[in-house]
Amino acid sequence: MKLLQIHQQPAIYLVLAALLLAIGIYGLLRRRTLIGMLIAGEIIFAAASLNLMAANRFFAPDPAAGQIFVLFIMGIAAAEVAVALSIIIAVYRNYRSITPAELNELKG
Amino acid sequence: MTTTLPFTDWLVLAIFALAVGLTLAGALIAVLTTRIIRGVAGLMICCIGLAGLYYFLNSPFLALMEILIYVGAVCVTIVFAVMMAEPDESPSTQPVRSGHWWGAVAILIALLIGGGLARLALAGPWPDAPIERVNDGSVAALGASLLTTYSLAFEAISLVLLVAILGALVIARGGPPPHPGPP
Repeated sequence: MKLLQIHQQPAIYLVLAALLLAIGIYGLLRRRTLIGMLIAGEIIFAAASLNLMAANRFFAPDPAAGQIFVLFIMGIAAAEVAVALSIIIAVYRNYRSITPAELNELKG
Repeated sequence: MTTTLPFTDWLVLAIFALAVGLTLAGALIAVLTTRIIRGVAGLMICCIGLAGLYYFLNSPFLALMEILIYVGAVCVTIVFAVMMAEPDESPSTQPVRSGHWWGAVAILIALLIGGGLARLALAGPWPDAPIERVNDGSVAALGASLLTTYSLAFEAISLVLLVAILGALVIARGGPPPHPGPP
């Protein structure tokens, strides 16, 4: 039966990754605080990881390569979150606000 | 898969549907709520569902890492930042009509990109599954690859993490002392 084998087909993983990417892009455009945009960026990372893992599971001859790539994505994302959050806290300390609309001193 | 019970397949399907549902619902919660702390909780739910999907993709090690790194480290760090800054979205100062217009544009862009990629993924000529795989993708194979083929990337990411930690410390410590800025 086809429905019972759906978790062994690549289609649902790839479509789910595209949906996650759409949700992340919507959040990135719509959020009005820096932390909200950071969370939306994490969802985009998750979409990329899921896509890579699906391709790795179904199409790649080396099953370790995709997993290692996703591990590196997780490590880079953790480093990015640490730096971004420290920047957000520094911005909050200086401006008492982390709304991107109010951080307009660099506007040319 | 060896089926011992007649409904084992349905049980697997139910768990898979749970993982997919958790991922989608968590992502939607993370993006759509107004209070940012609920968005962080949504990100946690999304990552738990994603760990389930990784388990279905033959990678229990990555499922464990997803829980450990995202739910355990990234989300907790974001919670700390939420507690230190007050990131709740203030009521919008821009007129309502402009906000609605921008929301419609955002939905349109997201749907165009997501829908286009989903159509490409469904229609694209994917290669057949490889006949023979070079290893079994287990944790032992991962470790062997990390220490042989990918050793340079492994060392580089350790350096990146060290620099990121130091940079985060420097940025968060420096700067002028707290002062009441413009309201």
